Amino acid sequence: MNAPTHPQAPPATPNDFAAYPDANGRFGEFGGRYVAETLMPLVLDLEAAYLATKEDAAFQAELNGLLTHYVGRPSPLYFAERLTDHFGGAKIYFKREDLNHTGAHKINNCIGQILLARRMGKTRIIAETGAGQHGVATATVCARFGLPCVVYMGAVDVARQRPNVFRMNLLGAEVTPVTSGASTLKDAMNEALRDWVTNVEDTYYLIGSAAGPHPYPMMVRDFQAIMGREIREQIIEAEGRLPDAVVACVGGGSNAIGTFHPFLNDEQVRIIGVEAAGDGMGTDRHAAAINGGRPGVLHGNKTYLLQDAEGQITEAHSISAGLDYPGIGPEHSWLHDVGRAQYLTCTDTEALDAFKLCAELEGIIPALESAHAIARLSDIARDVGKGGVVVMNLSGRGDKDVATVADHLGRTI
Amino acid sequence: MKSRIDARFAALKAEDRAAFVAYVMAGDPNRATALEILKGLPAAGADLIELGFPFSDPMAEGPPIQKAAQRALKDGMTLKGVLDLAAEFRQGDDTTPLIMMGYLNPLVTWGFEAFAQAAAAAGIDGLIIVDCPPEEADPLADALDAADISLIRLATPTTDDKRLPVVLRRTSGFVYYVSVTGVTGAKEADAEAVRPAVARIRAASGLPVAVGFGIRTPERAGAIAQVADAAVVGSALVDEVAEALERNEDVTARVLSKVQSLAKAVRSARTTPVSA
Repeated sequence: MNAPTHPQAPPATPNDFAAYPDANGRFGEFGGRYVAETLMPLVLDLEAAYLATKEDAAFQAELNGLLTHYVGRPSPLYFAERLTDHFGGAKIYFKREDLNHTGAHKINNCIGQILLARRMGKTRIIAETGAGQHGVATATVCARFGLPCVVYMGAVDVARQRPNVFRMNLLGAEVTPVTSGASTLKDAMNEALRDWVTNVEDTYYLIGSAAGPHPYPMMVRDFQAIMGREIREQIIEAEGRLPDAVVACVGGGSNAIGTFHPFLNDEQVRIIGVEAAGDGMGTDRHAAAINGGRPGVLHGNKTYLLQDAEGQITEAHSISAGLDYPGIGPEHSWLHDVGRAQYLTCTDTEALDAFKLCAELEGIIPALESAHAIARLSDIARDVGKGGVVVMNLSGRGDKDVATVADHLGRTI
Repeated sequence: MKSRIDARFAALKAEDRAAFVAYVMAGDPNRATALEILKGLPAAGADLIELGFPFSDPMAEGPPIQKAAQRALKDGMTLKGVLDLAAEFRQGDDTTPLIMMGYLNPLVTWGFEAFAQAAAAAGIDGLIIVDCPPEEADPLADALDAADISLIRLATPTTDDKRLPVVLRRTSGFVYYVSVTGVTGAKEADAEAVRPAVARIRAASGLPVAVGFGIRTPERAGAIAQVADAAVVGSALVDEVAEALERNEDVTARVLSKVQSLAKAVRSARTTPVSA
């Protein structure tokens, strides 16, 4: 396996999309380091430590060994034959991140960051989680390396994601319910930042999304870009060429940016993200930061945000707890503004239909997050047309969601 | 024209005493009460006033100021509303410095230039923006410079000698030393640990140094006043609002009474030694 940037150098183009962020952590106007002064020396240290690992063969060898033997990489690229037939357009492939250890792409980033935390001599790990997937992945790597772990989780999410709370406890993590604000993911992130600013000496903040202050959006993207690099190799092996489009759901956007990044300079490859439209874009109950928000500053970076006319952050709403966040990673905001990526939306109802369709036609129960991307495949496959190739990141498995889905279908389990 | 901040610190230096800085949240628990408190602060002993403006996601605040922001937002406080409060205060007081303190996003929404002009017109003297470190501050600093408003910089226990010049670039008015690593109102400031930090920042900046984030009692305020140019109290005042509401007592009276006891301790600190 290769270094966590590109397997081969991306083609140099007049506008090198893969060259960002700049030295200040900017993707165009987005990104940056909007943190309290107490944390500035810490994020600067983190950036230096992270950049040093890129050149460090021992670090890369340890990372690659764990990705192979602990996570189970590479994940398969699977031809979804019956969905392809059903939609009647381009060939559809799934990148099977649902088959990873812990059941989602989140572990890719956690492995990278836990190794970094160890190298930095940090002895305590904190994380935020919404649905609990990143919390479980963080608790997993903390157990694997014997580090104490505190996961901040909104009290509302603790109540609706009981199984994941128990999983984290089994893995030895302490789950701290957050009751400030609206008691959901954004408040959990606030609380994790408050912990970090309090425990600056020994604590490593393991952010799960390609968001937060620089270097997190870059670092999380790099650790997740292994997915896009594998897709590149696998699709060339399967089809002898690059795909016509790559598709992924977007909440904070780590599975999407990890999929997209190795294709940014292949301008013939369409890049499509799918945001959660909740009850619909005509309502105020959605989680689509790009389609329904405007740029602002939250959680350490400038990006598209759901906010009111006064600049107060508003609550996101989605059936999928993993997409239920009022912001989006800054690189997505930039890719949207420069027109390199396109961001569509998908409602709760459409995601539920896609969830059932995928289970029935492919024998794969997808995460509700990933179901948002599946829902848009019908249009995309038709648009690309027969003879074309579309790759979608099936970012996680849906076992965690069966209770939610049953609830929405009016079924008791 | 000499700024209100410079004039106030110069006057206090002549008196050989530290300033007492009172933090209140604009609009907490409602507009009318907040205005009443604001107008009463100078007479109760506040030498400078930090006027918090509410944000939905205040990531450096402990529970007291988080809750104060939520009360203010629930009552409908807006950034424009905060400037209106300041302007009403200014009608009766043209000398007490008013420093707004909060988070960047409401200012992004308004637009830095337009906000700075409106804030200057309302009589605002300085701004403390918690989530805007020097690396990100130039666009805001440009707008504030044009309006003669000081962008007050924060130094912290993690600000080492290498970083201090970065923090102090383009600063004016005073420097705010965050005396503990943590959120507002959580840990206690230790005057002996604060002393060398204040001396270092004072020497590097040539500006007065205010100390905050960890001062809750008159004893602590007095001890800090012996080593710093100003002692800032926020969470403990905001707690008075919450307690008065809980017990159905007069909010203004409770807050101002607390201000009096803190101010008294600060004013007498250098004449009556207090043990920290």
